[in-house]
This record gives sequence, C-alpha cells and structure tokens, in this order.
Amino acid sequence: MSNQYKLVRCIINGKQVEKMIDVRASLTDMLRDDYRLTSVKKGCEVGECGACNVLVNGECFNSCIYLAVWADGKEILTLEGLAGPNGEISDIQQAFIDEAAVQCGFCTPGFVMSAAEILESGKEYSDDEIRKLMSGHLCRCTGYENIFRAVKKTMLRRLGKNAEADAV
Amino acid sequence: MYVGKKVTRVDAYDKAIGRTKYTDDLCDKSAYIAQVLHATIANGRVKSIDTSAAEAIPGVIKVFTCFDLKEKHYFPTAGHPWSTDESHQDVADRLVLTDRVRFYGDDIGAVVAENEVAAAQAIRAIKVEYEEYPFVLDVHEAMKDGAPQLHEAYPNNILKHTTIRKGNYEEAIKEPGLIKVEGWYQTPTVQHCHIENFICFAEMIGDRIKVVTSTQIPHIVRRVVGQALGVEWGKIQIIKPYIGGGFGNKQDVLYEPLCAWLCMQLGGHLVKLDIPREDTFVSNRVRHAIHSHIVSWVRPDGTYAARKLEAFSDQGAYASHGHSICAKGAGAFPQLYPCDNVEVDAYTVFTNKSVAGAMRGYGIPQAMWAVECHTEEVAARLGMDPIEFRRKNLMPVGYMDPFSKNELYSDTFNQCIDKGMEVTDYLRKYKAYQNQTGDIRRGIGMAVFWYNTAVWPISLETSSCRMVLNQDGSLQVQLGETEIGQGADTAYTQMTADVVGVPLDKVHVVSCQDTDVTPFGTGAYASRQTYTAGFAIRQTGMLLKERILKYAHELTRMPPYNLDIVDGNIVRITDGRVLMTLGELATEALYSLTHSQHITAESTSQIKSNAYSFGCTFAEVEVDIPMCKVKLLDLVNVHDAGTIINPALAEAQVHGGMSMGIGFGLSEKLLFDDKTGRALNNNLLDYKLSTFMDHPRLRAFFVENPEPTSSFGTKALGEPPTCSVAPAIRNAVYQATGVFVNDAPVNPHILFRRFEEEGLIEKEGSDHV
Amino acid sequence: MYDIKALYEAESVTHAVQLLLEHPEAQIIAGGSDVLVQMREGKRAGKELVSIYGLDEIRGVSLEEDGTIRIGSLTSFSHITKDPIIQAHINVLGQAVDQVGGPQIRNIGTIGGNTCNGVTSADSASTLFAWDAIIEITGPEGVRRIPIQDFYIKAGQVDLRPGELQTGILIPKASYEGYDGHYIKYAMRNAMDIATTGCSVNVKLSADKSTMEDVRIAYGVAGPIPMRAVTAEAYAKGKPTTQAEIKAFAHTVLEDINPRDSWRAAKDFRQHIAVVLAERALKESIRLAGGVIHE
Repeated sequence: MSNQYKLVRCIINGKQVEKMIDVRASLTDMLRDDYRLTSVKKGCEVGECGACNVLVNGECFNSCIYLAVWADGKEILTLEGLAGPNGEISDIQQAFIDEAAVQCGFCTPGFVMSAAEILESGKEYSDDEIRKLMSGHLCRCTGYENIFRAVKKTMLRRLGKNAEADAV
Repeated sequence: MYVGKKVTRVDAYDKAIGRTKYTDDLCDKSAYIAQVLHATIANGRVKSIDTSAAEAIPGVIKVFTCFDLKEKHYFPTAGHPWSTDESHQDVADRLVLTDRVRFYGDDIGAVVAENEVAAAQAIRAIKVEYEEYPFVLDVHEAMKDGAPQLHEAYPNNILKHTTIRKGNYEEAIKEPGLIKVEGWYQTPTVQHCHIENFICFAEMIGDRIKVVTSTQIPHIVRRVVGQALGVEWGKIQIIKPYIGGGFGNKQDVLYEPLCAWLCMQLGGHLVKLDIPREDTFVSNRVRHAIHSHIVSWVRPDGTYAARKLEAFSDQGAYASHGHSICAKGAGAFPQLYPCDNVEVDAYTVFTNKSVAGAMRGYGIPQAMWAVECHTEEVAARLGMDPIEFRRKNLMPVGYMDPFSKNELYSDTFNQCIDKGMEVTDYLRKYKAYQNQTGDIRRGIGMAVFWYNTAVWPISLETSSCRMVLNQDGSLQVQLGETEIGQGADTAYTQMTADVVGVPLDKVHVVSCQDTDVTPFGTGAYASRQTYTAGFAIRQTGMLLKERILKYAHELTRMPPYNLDIVDGNIVRITDGRVLMTLGELATEALYSLTHSQHITAESTSQIKSNAYSFGCTFAEVEVDIPMCKVKLLDLVNVHDAGTIINPALAEAQVHGGMSMGIGFGLSEKLLFDDKTGRALNNNLLDYKLSTFMDHPRLRAFFVENPEPTSSFGTKALGEPPTCSVAPAIRNAVYQATGVFVNDAPVNPHILFRRFEEEGLIEKEGSDHV
Repeated sequence: MYDIKALYEAESVTHAVQLLLEHPEAQIIAGGSDVLVQMREGKRAGKELVSIYGLDEIRGVSLEEDGTIRIGSLTSFSHITKDPIIQAHINVLGQAVDQVGGPQIRNIGTIGGNTCNGVTSADSASTLFAWDAIIEITGPEGVRRIPIQDFYIKAGQVDLRPGELQTGILIPKASYEGYDGHYIKYAMRNAMDIATTGCSVNVKLSADKSTMEDVRIAYGVAGPIPMRAVTAEAYAKGKPTTQAEIKAFAHTVLEDINPRDSWRAAKDFRQHIAVVLAERALKESIRLAGGVIHE
C-alpha cells in the first residue's frame, strides 16, 4: 500500500496552504519537495544533527523525524519565513552575518530557527543555558563560538542591554 | 584597501536567509534514486548476487552488480594533481563496483529506483553469496608474514615505507650520560562529519556527461571520472555548487564515478546518489589512525642527542591518499625539534577497514599528538619546565628545509608561545595547579605544531584565474579554487578589489565551479588556496589593469604610466583627478563603434614556493577523577599565518579547527567490531562529536609576520588550527592529574583505565568503606 | 520518505484500541523519535503504523483528587520539565527528561514512548522506577494499572497486550510526599547522547534530618532493563547521613546491579561509575531534603 495520500492543511511561513501528501513523507520531505523550502536540510535523517529543524506551533522540531501528516492544522515556520514581508531580515539573521557565525552554511538554517525560538521567549539566559538550548545542532565549521556570540548578543540587544551585547 | 579588514562574507546573507542552493537543492525531481549495496564481510570475494527479488519490487528501475562491469577501469581517488610521471601517480586500485571485497562496506552493487523507499527495499531484498577470507584490522598484525593480504602488489600489506636518516643515530646514543625517553602514541580513526553528506547527480547531454557534486576538487573529479569510465576527459563536465563542508573527505573522488556510470547504463537518465550518514562514516574516507613510537636520547641540559620515530599508518582497504599523510607527519619530525641524529621510518599499511584519506591537517594532527605528548614526557623526565624545554629545542629562526626551501623567517614559535602565555595567565595558573589533591583538579597545558602550506615541491602547484570587466565597471572573477565554507570567495573578493582598484561590491567572485567554463585549478586542500590563488589573482588583476589602462589611454590620451585605477575610477596620478569611472570606460569599450573590446584577463600561476605556518594551543581543564571526565575551561590557539586577509573569517576558521581538535582529543573514535570488521558506531549518536555544551569559549590570536614568498603575505590557516589542540588538552590533563595518556581520545574509558593503573581510583572489588 | 505500509491515525483512545485490534501487526507511533529511526534502519521497515500523536486527551500533567500525579503518556519531555505540578512535587523527573537528547528531541519525544520502548537507557525510566510509578494501560478490556517494574518484561519488551496502549503514568502521593531526589545521567558528552549509566536516587529524612528513613535508588543501563538497587536501599534505611554510610550504601549497589560489557562501555567501568553516581546522587538528594552530610 504505497499510494496512501492525505490532505494536509497547514500554515507555512504565514500562508495557509493545503496539498495531498504521501503519508510516508516526513515533514522534511514535504517542506523540501512539495513546497521547495530548501533551507530545511538533510544531514542525518534521524534527529541527531538538527539541520532540518523548523518551528511547529512555536516549538523546535527536527522535521526529519516528524510525519508530514502531523503538520495538519499546525503553523510551520522555516528559515524562509523568518524575514519580514518586504524581505527585511530578522535581527538574529543579521547577527549570524555580523558575527561570522556562518561558514559552509549547511547547519545555519536549523541553528537560526532554534535561536528564533529561544529569543521569542524574551528571557535572559545564562551562557550555559544558551549552550543547552542550542545543543540540538551539530556544526563542524564554527566550533559554536560565533553562533554563541550571535545568539547572546541578539538576546541582550532585545533586552535593551546594548553595552553588554557589545562586550560579548 | 580591503585585505586585512573584517569584511562580511560575500555568501553570508544568502546562507542566513536560506536561499543558498546546495547539490540536493539543485536536483530535478525527475531524478532516479540510486543506492549503493555494501558488502557485509570484511574480506573475500562476491560469488554471486541474486537480484530477482529486488528487481520485482515496484518502482525499481534496475539493479546493478559488480558483475555488470564490462570494462574494468581501475582508478585512483586521491584529490592530488595528476602527475604525467607514472611513478608519481596515485595508486589506481578502485572500481566503481567490485567483486573483490576488502572491507565491510565495500561497494558491490547499486540499485536505481523511482524513489528512495523502493531503492531501500531493493537493497534489503538482494541476496549475496560470498567466499570469505580471513581479515585483519590492526596495522601491526597486517604487517606480519602470513597475514591476510589485501592487494597482491603490496607484500605484508605495506603500501609504502619511507625513511629519513640524518647523522648517525646508533653512534650518537652511545654518548655517556644520556637519558632515554620512549613512548608509543596512538591516534583514533575519526571522520570528517561535514553536515552535508556526500551527494551527487549525473545526467547526459548529447554524448557528454554532467555531474553536479558536493566536492572540494571539481577539476580533479573530472579527470578521475574520465579515468574511471574510460571516457575522454573533455566529455566530462563537473559542477560544484555550494557545499556543506568537506574537511578533506570531499578532497577524494567518492561516488561521482559510480553515479556517472549508473547514469550511462540508463541511457543518460538523471540519477541522484545521496549517501546516508551511516555510509558516510564507513564508505567515504576517514582520518588515518597512526601508531607512533618515539625514542629520544636527551642530555641532562635539555638538548637532544638522538631521536627516532617509527610511524604505522592505518590505510584501511584502498590506497586513496596513501602514504602522503604519514609521510607528511614523518617529515615534520626532524624539523620541529631539530637534532643532529635522527632516524624516521614511516609505514602505511593496508587493513580491512574503511579507507583513510585526507582530513584537515593531513597527518600533522597525528604527528603532533605523538611528538607533543612525547615532548611533555621528556621535559617531565628532565624536571624541566615544559615551555622552556620547548623553546630550547624548537626550530630556530633562519632554519631552512633543503628540500622544500621553506624558511622560518621570524621568531614565530616564541612569539606565539608568548602570546598564549599572556592571554591564558599561564604562569600563574601553572604554578597554582601544581601538586593538587582531591577529586576535582585543574591543569593547564600547551602544545605547538608544525605545518606547511600547499604541496610544492612534492606535487604541482598551479592556479588559474579569469577576470571579466562588465559594462558597469564591475568584474566577474573565476578560479578553480573552491569555496567550501572557509570563506575563500570572500578572501578572493578582497584581494581582487585591492589589485584592480575597485570597490569591494564591484567584485563578483563566481562561487560555482563548472569545469566547462572555470579556469583550471586543483581545488581546496593543503591549506593552499589563499596562498596559491593569491598569485593567480594578483597576476591576472595586474594584467586586467594593464589592459584597462591601455584602453583608458585611448580614451583620455594620457600615457598609461600616468594613470591608475582607484576606487573604481580612472585617475590621473599626477594631479589625482578622476578622469572617468571604470564603468564609463567599460561601457565605451564594449559598445565603441571605432574600437570595441571586451576587456578580460586570464592567466595561470605556477607556484614554486611554499611556506611554513606555525603556532600553538593552550588548554585549561578541570578533571573529575572519580567520574573520569575532562571539562575544558579555556582553549586558545595562536597562529602565525602571515598577513591575515580577513580577521573575522580567519578567527572563525581557527574556531572550527579547534573544535575538530577537541573531538580528536576528547571524544571521537570510529570503532570496528573485532569479529566481523563492521563499523560499530557509524552514526551521529554513537560517534561522539563534541556538542555545543562540550565546548568552552574558543579564543583565537594571530601573530602576523608577513610571509615573504607570498603574493599577499599570507600562508596556511585552513588546517593548522586543528593540529595542536589534542596534545595541549592531554598535557593539561597531565598537569592536573600527573597521569600521561598516550592514546587519543582522552575519553572516560581510557581515563578509567589509566586512573586505575596509577592508583587515582580504587580497583573494583576493593573496599570502598 | 519512510517505508510505511499503511498509516492509521487514531482520533481517540477508543479509536486507537479499535485500530490496534483491526491491525494486529501494526506498531504504535507516538512522537516517532524511535519508531521512525528504526524504520529507516530497516528494522521496522514496511510495517503498518497506528499514530496516536494526535490524542490530546492523553497529553499533559494533572493532579488527581487523592494527590496522584497523572502524566499523560503523550506528554513531551519539554512539557514535563516546564510543568508546575512536576516542578512542585517531583522536579527530579523534569530534570531527568531535560537530559534526553537535545531540545528538539525533547519536544517530540514522549514519556510514554520512552517507557514503551523497554530500553534500559531511557532517561525517564530510572526516575519513574525510583518513585514507584504506576503505568496505566488502556485496552479492549478497559483500563489496568501496574507497577512500572511489572511493565518492563525484558529488554525491548513491555507488558502491552493486543489492542492495548499506554495512556498514563501515575505517581501516587505516598510515593512522592516527603521525598527529594536527584538524577545523574552519565554520558560521553553533555548533549545529544544516551546514558552510559543513569542513576536516580530519592530520600526521605527523619524530622531532625539526621537519619535516612527511606532511600530509593534506580539505574538505567545497569542491567537489561531499568532496575532498583534493593540491597543498597535496605542498607541505607535508618542509617545516619554520614559520609561513611553514604559510601557504604554506594558500594552496596554492586550487589544489585549487573551491567554488561559492550563496545559502548566495559562492565568494570560501568560498575565504578554506578558507585560514584550512587554516592553523588544520594548526597545531592540529602542536600535537597534539607539534610547535612556529617563526616
């Protein structure tokens, strides 16, 4: 029984969409293949690397081990949806650019989406907490240092602590 | 001037908004999906393969086996420049599919299907009958007479044995009063773990074959695909888009030949081969595990009388980069701490394991593990301060290697060590951490490293560049040297802007290499690109500038020697007046009814120089003895990479190398089952990459002594950051605990054994009360 | 794309039971972080799945009238950690499941899935063992409740009969009132790892805080399934909170546990770590309970 399809209605990057989806598809498959949202990357397909991370109803999920049919009725945000309506990029994306937190760029979308969730909370986290909250991603280029700086600086700036942010 | 400035990466914006396209993102959905059938024995021969059940699965297009290979074109895979001298060519020991199995995971067949589910089902449905041979996993066992032989042409499985002899070791050790220090040092098999797995797709256009692939070396891949298929090289087109890291694994030709072959068997239909993470560990490349034996004979005053190194490098089943790795490490040995009497024996040995190839550092991380662990022990035996002992023996200023003609022009080692000591508060901490007791102890340690840039004079060094002037005064720049995440395109942009005299945003480096149109260059490896491409960029930029100024002379009537290009304008030097913009000139040049000219320049630089690139690591650790765990408190790298082209990207590059060193030193190790030869932990859960939570803040510093041989004063920085991290951590653990650990990684398993041996923790069964 | 033969989505617990009876070969999928991984490996390829992920009725934490804490089986790890009831009464469980994998795994992984796998390394399991959790199972015959020790049959196998699914995990008031506990996960790295050994300890101190009235200790990866160290527990009962007694208690766990030798870790290493963890987790539990450790 390889031809089982289901209508999946959801909001992707702010837009209500619906498509018949193969029930065997992961959310990664659906986002990449059916909606061509290629920022969602495949690095391991077993939930270990975090490259396919997207927000589902505001929480981070590895879309590779999330069935596409479960997205029905949910709100999905991928990196493509993080910029504003006129393409203005978010502060965390700009921080990744400014802090040289981007190298090969393959893990970047997943990291940025985790950062987006963390920053959305409006809380001030300790360094150890930031590391833990970002620990669901592997990166082989950066040693996490500049990613850490980008997240911490953006957090502090959102809290109005610009001087502290500059000192990170 | 842009060189030396913290310019934002040219590709950062696209990567941060998620629109950068990697190989898989470019593949049309009409592609057939290929999967590789891997052997499930470590040594032997495929007797038969029953594909009937697999072929009956709906969606399966075709199943191919090693017996379908009509012509056997053996090919080499190393990402080395080709040599027209047969004796210098890489060993050609691979076939796209093989019936002679040499490791658990060897490629014996492939399935092509309409989708990945059918392909996976087919792989599981194939039945293979083998003739099994005994296998060998250990280099020392493999060298013994009577050991299972992997390749007929290499008795005792020795791919190569090279020696270095200086002075007279045997005589020198007779000097009275010498202290002998001896040790064995082991490094683990590790994998690159770029986050994008290897992937490629192939299709035919006319009678030519196009392969889009995640590679560091497109022009080399073109040659090898041609060799592997027996097809004229000009009929092969390789396209390299952005890639999700490489670190040397993609400096090998991996599955491009197989993918191209499958495509050709299917009438040129688009075929995609996306290698899963589990196979990336086993059937791509790994870092050579090297077992090193060092004997030093030292005088009580801390000088070396004689030194000996024997290194045994685990090649795995096929030659790939072969002995080059072990030889590079062996070559560093007599240079880093020069001594009058030296013996070096380096062996590279086949075993029935995953194939070892290039990986960031290319033999130097292994060599530095051995040498810098050993150096610490020698200093300890002499009762000397480990840093003072190093300073006394390190390569002196003015040292020149007679073979490469590399010269140490500056007091790099002392400057780097001084910087490291200053920023880590080394002296105070070293003193404070002496003679601790208790369960939790701290330590600080360091290690230095030797590295050299590029591959001259062992191999060819060449780089070609093309610059094309657009109507608006901007330039397209093309090079065979590739962007693999390190920031090469940005460095090229800065260099070009400076040489030609245009604003940064007027330089468009074409990131994608397409061997149909990209000038020849060998690609990303050996930390060569900023150094070697720099020559081609300067030479081509000067050529372009000369042509621009010649045209400017026609338009302005001013002699070229009185003209310059400054900030995108044609400027009269004598009074500084802007005569026209470069855009005005370019538009006129293209559309002129009297003299139309497309102003371009293209040139090749062959580079016959090379440069040392040295530095050090300082590590501070906290060791929880009962828990057998090491926590990194601080990690600092200091490099002399000459002139830094872009401080922000250089720093980022160093962080990444340090991170890889952390894994090498503390946690990563690919394990193989003794009974079957199968990899045990070939996934990202069981293979312990160091996570965000395992990293301390990373700190990178530079001592900038411009390299005199370099076109921009720069030299290697891609690989050096990973070379001295592991031994620095190990030496810090020694200071904390007084325990030497000679087998990397320094993980809880080995610490448990060593702490037990040294009596730091109680043996099981003893009374805890 | 997963090799799923057919997917049936349950709309209620009753519907799930019906689907499981109609498709006896089907495998339950909750969050999928284990099932889908195994399916990709080929182990469960080509299987039918009954998805219960949409069943909000068994999601969330509540306090029942008699003080029993009810954790719906589909509650994700991250929601357990953030839950105020958990934080107030059995914070150690929230801390334990906050060490599973990484943040994304903790959002998808469910406590029901973690226990139904029957694996010894599950980070939730040792704490649930140590707090005498009750497993609630719903099936064609209705609801049955069994102690967690009885739920685990052997490695990879739990007591779920045809048509049954786990719907809740219950911690009775008597199991948590007056107890404080601590969990230590011992792994090779600080995130994205499975436990080499996990140890969960809780203690009830005497009114003057000087005596251990009750100590419970459970391990993951000290045997084929999670286990209590009953000899050590019996030893500690009624003992003063002294350094010597704590060490003796920790050493006694060796009489209970039976870790195996594997490529992941050697037996003697696991034994050594088990003893260290017992000592450290008990000390921290005593500290959390307001006690002091005397020399």
